[in-house]
Amino acid sequence: MRGAVKRFGSITAVDHLDLDVPPGICMGLLGPNGAGKSTTMRLLTGQAIADEGEISVLGYELPDEAKVARGQMGVVPQLDNLDVDVTVEDNLAVFARLYRVPDVAAAVDRALGISRLTARRKDAVDELSGGMRRRLLLARGLVHEPRLVLLDEPTVGLDPQIRTELWSLIDGLRGGGSTILMSTHYIEEAERLADEVAVMAKGKIIARGKPSDLIVEHAGRQTAEVYGPPDRLAEARAQAEAAGLRVRPAGPAIAIVGAERAANGAVPDDAIRRAASLEDVFVMLTGEEAE
Amino acid sequence: MASQVGARRLEPAAIGGIMSREVANFRTFWKATTFSSVLEPIIYLLAFGVGLGATLVDRVEGLDYVEFVGTGMVATAVIFSSALPAMFGTFVKHRFQNTYDAILAAPVDVEELVTAEMLWIGIRAGFYGCFPLLVTIGFGLDPAPGMLLVPLFCFATALGFAAFGIAVAATVAKIDHFNYVTTLVITPLFLVAGTFFPIDGLPEGAQVVAQVNPLHHLVELVRHASFGFEAADVIRFGALVIFAVAMWRIAVRRMELRLID
Repeated sequence: MRGAVKRFGSITAVDHLDLDVPPGICMGLLGPNGAGKSTTMRLLTGQAIADEGEISVLGYELPDEAKVARGQMGVVPQLDNLDVDVTVEDNLAVFARLYRVPDVAAAVDRALGISRLTARRKDAVDELSGGMRRRLLLARGLVHEPRLVLLDEPTVGLDPQIRTELWSLIDGLRGGGSTILMSTHYIEEAERLADEVAVMAKGKIIARGKPSDLIVEHAGRQTAEVYGPPDRLAEARAQAEAAGLRVRPAGPAIAIVGAERAANGAVPDDAIRRAASLEDVFVMLTGEEAE
Repeated sequence: MASQVGARRLEPAAIGGIMSREVANFRTFWKATTFSSVLEPIIYLLAFGVGLGATLVDRVEGLDYVEFVGTGMVATAVIFSSALPAMFGTFVKHRFQNTYDAILAAPVDVEELVTAEMLWIGIRAGFYGCFPLLVTIGFGLDPAPGMLLVPLFCFATALGFAAFGIAVAATVAKIDHFNYVTTLVITPLFLVAGTFFPIDGLPEGAQVVAQVNPLHHLVELVRHASFGFEAADVIRFGALVIFAVAMWRIAVRRMELRLID
């Protein structure tokens, strides 16, 4: 994408966005709700048309060649849009046909294997658990062995156990050499899965790099967390800021970022020091509390 | 296994894929649809044909009233099995089930999506539209060779009304707004189609409306298929085809505006 802009009335959802995803990596598009991640995904599938800029996917120019490009990408949506009365295997078979897969039966078998749903192939979707449905959504996006996989908030709203299960599947996909673009607002998801992270806010990418590089560049090596009553936190914040350190809220605490650079007295002695994290980067850059 | 997708319009593989989704879903509810499609004309024929025919009306336009109503009810079955499923089905799939988001993330465009939905509804309505005729045969109507064309007439009419329903669903803001459409459009069309009484007995204005009512032309075509065609039937069928094509283009445009940001 080069200079992509997408407006909805007076709202600019995507604002002169530049984004390229090298082949074979998992790129995490990390941003708070409303950052423009889902609109970016829709621009890449041609379900939204950019008002300005150029978009090319797998060598195809959008929107003119969007249909051909979609044939070589798989999309795993944020919302469950499976056909709930239809069997697991029929859900997959329909999409194998839509993707013009020559051997539909073999593609369905393979997708069932990936999602570990072979034993449930004859069951209607509404008989599946939430985790199974998410696995089926993932399998549906992979039924044609796409060159590029778009994962739009793949684990949003799932409980931790199911999320870990999904991560394992996505990790396997990454290991298989697929190119993945994954939007998420979960820091841990981006840290666990993404080779590179692009932090997005207000329709723009405001930072990009490997998670470790982003941490060093934007949050230093160490973060100190201070706990206590509000007046104590206010005092600690004032001292840290006076010493030129950046401070962010961290739930019931404050986090002093770049604590390794602190002079004596800038960080309270009872502060808990830990390695800086992508969460520090995210909150410092977007001003949003992390999830 | 990256798929081979062409850039051309109206690819049969895309249309077939969408219709295979409809078939997969239909397999889960076909019994209920078939049940009502068989029972409804029987109830109507008993109430209007036999009941009214035995008490108030004996013959209309030279036909037994049961035969008059039975042949006319084909049009009723067609509009209720095309326009309404298209309206509600499209709205639900778009707003509540997000089905179209999934389909349009595959190599399918809006024109193919609308075409497939229309074709599927047209095939279904073409099939179920014949049930009132079969029931009427059970009530004493003599079979005629022309009746073999009735599924084609139903299919053509249903395509137009399916596209109408899709266009309406793509236009309204809320599902409750369908009430305006059923009250102001579908019910009047149904009443001035010539199903229950002849059009020439209506006021002049209603007769003019009937002449631009596709359902009226379907009623006439079905009656003539049963009792003898007229030369004007070619024009009637042509009008149904033009109606279907015009509504198809309107539905595609409305859905593009609705589905593509």
